Amino acid sequence: MSVIVYIESEDNKIKKASLEAVSYAKKISESLKKDLIAVSFNLTDFSILNNYGVDKIYNISSHKLKVFEVNSYSNNLFDLLTKLKAEIVVITSSLNSRYLGPILASKLDAAYMSNVVSLPTSYSPISVKRSCFTNKAFNETSTKKSTVVLSLSSNSYGLNEIKSNLESEEIKSIESNSNLKVDSLEKLTNKVTIADADIVVSGGRGLKGPENWHLIEDLAKVLGAATACSKPVSDMGWRPHSEHVGQTGKPVASNLYIAVGISGAIQHLAGINSSKVKVVINNDPEAPFFKSADYGIVGDAFEVVPKLIEGLKAIK
Amino acid sequence: MNILVCISNVPDTTSKINFKNNDTEFDSNGVQYIINPNDEFGLTRAIWFQQKNNAEVTVLTVGDQTCEAILRKCLAIGANKAIRIDAIPKDGFFVASQISEICKINSYDLIICGRESIDYNGAMVGGILSTIINYSYVANCIGLSIENKKATLEREIDGGKEVLISELPIIIGSQKGLVEETDLIIPNMRGIMQARQKTLEVIPAYNHNNLTYTNKFSKPQPKKEVKLVDSGDVNELIDLLQNEAKVL
Repeated sequence: MSVIVYIESEDNKIKKASLEAVSYAKKISESLKKDLIAVSFNLTDFSILNNYGVDKIYNISSHKLKVFEVNSYSNNLFDLLTKLKAEIVVITSSLNSRYLGPILASKLDAAYMSNVVSLPTSYSPISVKRSCFTNKAFNETSTKKSTVVLSLSSNSYGLNEIKSNLESEEIKSIESNSNLKVDSLEKLTNKVTIADADIVVSGGRGLKGPENWHLIEDLAKVLGAATACSKPVSDMGWRPHSEHVGQTGKPVASNLYIAVGISGAIQHLAGINSSKVKVVINNDPEAPFFKSADYGIVGDAFEVVPKLIEGLKAIK
Repeated sequence: MNILVCISNVPDTTSKINFKNNDTEFDSNGVQYIINPNDEFGLTRAIWFQQKNNAEVTVLTVGDQTCEAILRKCLAIGANKAIRIDAIPKDGFFVASQISEICKINSYDLIICGRESIDYNGAMVGGILSTIINYSYVANCIGLSIENKKATLEREIDGGKEVLISELPIIIGSQKGLVEETDLIIPNMRGIMQARQKTLEVIPAYNHNNLTYTNKFSKPQPKKEVKLVDSGDVNELIDLLQNEAKVL
């Protein structure tokens, strides 16, 4: 019986969301008085896990597993987790983890719970709070199973440093046939992704056209933020779908969400509900967004945003 | 080519979310139900294959009789036939298990599930189904073309996309991008009339268990009132974000 956390990394750097998953899993392992075990693929630098309380890491190395592919990853994890007698498996809510989660759980004959926002309120049965209705509500879910895979909502627990004495062990990968072949990968480099961002700057129709997007990009740049947009903006093709935030787009769970020229349709608000602090800049004082924001400026984005960029440059 | 599109009956995106029976059940009073938007993107792509390659498109839902209205709408959009498994969906595993029974009776080259339903947001039915029936699954699918039983798929990844190649059969998790919002089909009168003649088969529930159950629903705490800053004084906003909210 063990508590396991699955570590995601890119270019040998552990993702921040995985450190949050580690912090969360550590708390569970302490409650159950068990070691915290991490599993990873092709990682060579584990040192940072020493600061987050991981007791042991099993690393699966293979050049065949360089790129995430769900069948070979889930088969390798299934093999290892079965040997480790996994009881609680914690994963992040990245797109890859949410892809892997239900498949891995199903192979392990475990229950799968996504959108988890709290530590278990009970361990027998295992019960957690999850968000539902696109963050408009929560449900407390229990499982009849003794093994569970939990996908932790990003930014719902936070990081918690705690020293440990990390041991590591290399695991040989198992051969796994998959009829899925990754043909090519296209990734925007040097750009903060919405999933990883602490701050997200988002623009709506109020910006009047794609030619004005430098305002959003400049503001994001000075804040080290990711850029996003409202549904109409992506539907009109001003910005790619991958930036669309809301019920049929992406959820945003950043520390700070700045909405410029977005009126705040209910579907958009649902998508950003789990962001911690929301700032709205809109020239319409009646915009519904002001009702769910923490801070607001009623004013013209074309005047306010450049001043904001100047002000932020001065303090950075 | 045989295509199965799994459909969820979900509250309209503008619905007020309330609960009843001591917060243990969703209150559907006054709620308008729609085809789950992620499923509708998938259905639209399926109809494209029907028109282009003569594919047969079956829509399937797991639910009680109240779900038939959206199945009829799917038929009016162009699906060839509909199946309703007469069971109240209990959790993602239960729904995937029910769907797997239909996949054992009929053989489908392509099974489409929405990326997630917009009510419970589980994002698990396609993945669980894939392990039960031993098909491969591609989540967050934003592109699909099929030639000679070979599929080329695009999957959204954090910060980009990847291209996957697979033999059929395959299961995909559909979402916006697979088709555009403007591609969605609004049923015309002819489609609505034809839909009445099409088969809507009702199958009794299969004997499967759920793995999870909901104890209680709750709603987020009401928000404090917004703090407004004068548009001429952006430095006050910066000060608040730095020293009060502590997010800069």
